[in-house]
Amino acid sequence: MNRNQLLAQLTALDFMAVDLQLFLDSHPCDSEAISRYNDIVSKANILRSEYENICGPLTSYRSTSNCPWQWIDDPWPWQGSFNFKLTRDGGV
Amino acid sequence: MWVYEKKLEYPIKIKNSNPKLAKVIITQYGGPDGELAASIRYLSQRFSMVTPQARAILNDIGTEELAHLEMIGSIVKQLIQNATIDEIKAAGMEAFYADHDKAIYPQSASGVPFSAAALQSKGDPIADLTEDMAAEQKARATYEWLINLSDDPDVIDPLKFLREREVVHFQRFGEGMRIVQDFLESKKMYPVQLPDQYR
Repeated sequence: MNRNQLLAQLTALDFMAVDLQLFLDSHPCDSEAISRYNDIVSKANILRSEYENICGPLTSYRSTSNCPWQWIDDPWPWQGSFNFKLTRDGGV
Repeated sequence: MWVYEKKLEYPIKIKNSNPKLAKVIITQYGGPDGELAASIRYLSQRFSMVTPQARAILNDIGTEELAHLEMIGSIVKQLIQNATIDEIKAAGMEAFYADHDKAIYPQSASGVPFSAAALQSKGDPIADLTEDMAAEQKARATYEWLINLSDDPDVIDPLKFLREREVVHFQRFGEGMRIVQDFLESKKMYPVQLPDQYR
């Protein structure tokens, strides 16, 4: 996978985690939702390290860096060049 | 504490500048029903919230609103970064430009700077959760008016995503409200004391 494909898939997985986490806050005994949540978080963790191998650190205080310090590298998320184009079928 | 993730919750990639749209969308950055107000409201209310579920809902929605704040800032930034002075004048954005150039500043569509007067943190869990449900509906309505004003699919697409999140948040706050009401009711039930001869 190239950078944009990785980022698109990670964005999708992380969004599922965000949505399921909120659901679980009000449904803490839903074991099916918890196992889906756990599954998504494990998959996202694998993708996260794959992304970081190509694009550098993703998360403050959680990612390691080469020298020079990679955290300051452009682009930042608010810059258009950072983002991928979402298409109807979810591709990039 | 918070951990920053160097990506958006949902991608923002806008080709064409459009200061006219930027001028109204900024209201979801710093306006009365915007993302900054939402985030500060929930993250402040959580300190006095009752029940584990409702505390977590406020913490997590307040956190997600920060990601939405970042998305709105990105939309406005990308809509104005390449605008010429003539385009800014044609869009009626001179007042903003005079105060802020093309920077991002928390204000409403009508130019009123962000104010915490738009939100409350009451210490009463029912009052707070009722306000939160109303806030989600006001934000949903604002996104609908903004979608009506937009003609660029690059902008409409993320606005639709943000609108949908308001609907989900409203649902979660409603569930939190039910849980808190049950909790408060349970505190009013006292076990019947057995008369002395049965003890």
